[in-house]
Order: sequence, then structure tokens, then C-alpha cells
Amino acid sequence: MRLLTHNMLSCNIKGVKNGYPLRLEAEKWTEKEVDFNAKFLRGIFPKIDWPALVGSARSFGFNDLLPDEAPDSSLLASDDDLLRRFHHALLEIHVEEGGLVCPETGRRFPINKGIPNLLLHEDEV
Amino acid sequence: MDHTFDANSLNPDMIDKKRSNKLASSKMLSNIAQIRLVSNHPEVYEPCDDSFALVDALLADRTNLLNMQPRFCMEVGSGSGYVIASLAIMLHQGCSGAQYFATDINPHAAETTAATLEAHGVHAEIICTDLASGLGKRLAGMVDVIVVNPPYVPTPDDEVGCKGITSSWAGGENGRKVIDRILPVVHSLLSEKGWLYMVTLTANNPSQICSMMREMGYASRIVVQRSTEEESLHIIKFWREHTEKGSGSSWLSQFPLLSFWRSSGAKESGI
Repeated sequence: MRLLTHNMLSCNIKGVKNGYPLRLEAEKWTEKEVDFNAKFLRGIFPKIDWPALVGSARSFGFNDLLPDEAPDSSLLASDDDLLRRFHHALLEIHVEEGGLVCPETGRRFPINKGIPNLLLHEDEV
Repeated sequence: MDHTFDANSLNPDMIDKKRSNKLASSKMLSNIAQIRLVSNHPEVYEPCDDSFALVDALLADRTNLLNMQPRFCMEVGSGSGYVIASLAIMLHQGCSGAQYFATDINPHAAETTAATLEAHGVHAEIICTDLASGLGKRLAGMVDVIVVNPPYVPTPDDEVGCKGITSSWAGGENGRKVIDRILPVVHSLLSEKGWLYMVTLTANNPSQICSMMREMGYASRIVVQRSTEEESLHIIKFWREHTEKGSGSSWLSQFPLLSFWRSSGAKESGI
């Protein structure tokens, strides 16, 4: 699971209002090189929840990879280094084993073999 | 199921050859996933005629897909991973920035999809979930291409949602129980320019599905129609008609322009 996906997942338990972002618990993770595509990155940037991305990158110890505050989108057009760091955080960190924890209920969704499992129990639907 | 036995008893290369003959004229085999590289599990639906028809529909529309330059593509219910791997392979050249998502309610299917993708050297983010549950809030209006080979086989309603391979085909009354749940989810996920490709069976009443989608603002077209020994399949493509207000180039907004053109044309011609 890439951090892009973490950025797009919310707790799906019925009645939960503040189910985002899920807290990432990474027990095993890897970095894999992914083709760099500036057009995709600039296009997706406005759709990314920046604090959630920064928070998830920090959970791997990447404390200085991204600025705390979301940069202005014009900076992404000119600052190649920033764009590459955004690329690395979004697409090149893969969580293999771990979990996603709902901030409201504390429910933990497991991640096994890189696949988050959001299946709900009968009393959660 | 019979085809499970058939698929296992044939040499995978033979199936690829069979596929290759079907597609001999298009010479596009290298653009899709190879059966011999598709992973399998006793509780996961293997690629069959419906999967092949869906991939053929995507191949037939490949030029349009490349022109569209999708950012996010998603398969709901990816099973073996044959379809999403094929989509990722056929768009790899010319659409390199696209990101793929695949979901399945069956954990074995999610893992099988992962193995199939890896065997082909392509990537999709896989989420084990019911339809797109958990993705709906953040991905709403962002997915450009959705492909679905739903559980469409008419069965008693209580077989719907059973665990394992049953979830891949049991469709309840008229095979519509899951399809009817998928349509609003797709409607919410699709971007303004988004397209849905879905497999339907004649017993599902595809024309009624199309009119349900029309009410949500979608036009539709049959991309592939195929009759097998067991079933008659339609692969239907849906897209937003842009007739709703708020869409700049809407069909309705062309009316004033059209009447202006008509009246000025009438003047010039002296009528």
C-alpha cells in the first residue's frame, strides 16, 4: 500500500464521522522506485490531503521529506526537488505489514502483504 | 463450475493460443495479460469468457482510453487480476502517469490480483473491501475509468455475499442484487469525464440498467456483444452526457446558438 492510497482511505464503519485520516502503523515497509511523472504529480497535488501525507511520511521517520504546510502549487511548477520529494512520499513508500487505525473508534484495519483489509464485522455495517 | 475444470486441464499456453486465435486479426495479444501468468486460487474466479469479453471491449476502446489520459483507473471486484493487469498493460505506453486501484471483497482474490499484477510487472493498489467502501469519500469524482465484471448470475438472494468464490458470481434475483448496489457507487466515484465498462448478462435486463444510468445522467453504448454456449454477454460503456446544468458545453446550452445560426442563415439566404 502506497501513501497515495492511505491518503484516499477513510474509516467506513457506519455512523463514524471523523474517520480520516486513519493512523498508519507500519511494521514492515519498503521503498520501490516508480516512474516519475511530473504531469500526474502536479495534477493530483490539489486533491491530496497534505497534513495526512506529511503525517504518514513521518510515521516512517521521514521528518524532513515534506514541508509542514502545503506548498503553493506554483512552487511545484518550478521546484523540481520538491516535486521529487512529493513523488517519493506519495508513490515510492510501500507498507507491506501493519495497520490503519480509525481516529474516532480506535478500530484497527490490518495491512497484510501490502493489502489493507477494510472488511467490516456485521455489527459495523 | 465446469470452466474451472476446463481451465485447469488445459495447458495455459493453449489457452493463450486460443485467445490469440480469437484476436488474430487485431494482433494485440502482447497488449494484455497472459493466462499463463495469471495467478489462481481455489476460491478465486478464473478468467473466463466474460473476463475475455471485458478485456476485448477495453482493447476495442484503447485508442479512446489513451486519448482520454485517465489519472485514476479502478476495477471493482478484480478477482484473479486478469482484467486490471490487462488494462494497466494496454495503457502502459502512452499513459504512464495513470494510477490503478483494484478492490475485492474476497481476501484470496485480493492476494491473487497482487500476484497476477506482479507476474506482469505492473502495479495497482489493492484494497480488500466491499465494492469501494472506505474509498468513497476521498476518491469521489476522481476516477476516470472504472471496470466491473460483477456477480451477475441469477441465484437465490441468500447466496449473495457468501464468502469465497460464490461472491464472484452469485447475483441474486435476475443477477441484479450487486449490480444495483454498484451503480450509485460508480456514479459517485466517476469524474466528469469518467467512463464505466461493465459486463452484463441478458438475464440482468441490460436495457433497464441503461435507463437507470440515464436517469443519473449517463449515455451508454454496447462495446462488445458475445454469445457463448452458456450465456449472452454485453459489455456496456457508460459516460456522462453533460446535459446537466453547470456543464459549459452542455447540449442544452447549444440551443440559443443554434437558433441564432438558423435565423442569421435565413437572412443571408433571403428566406
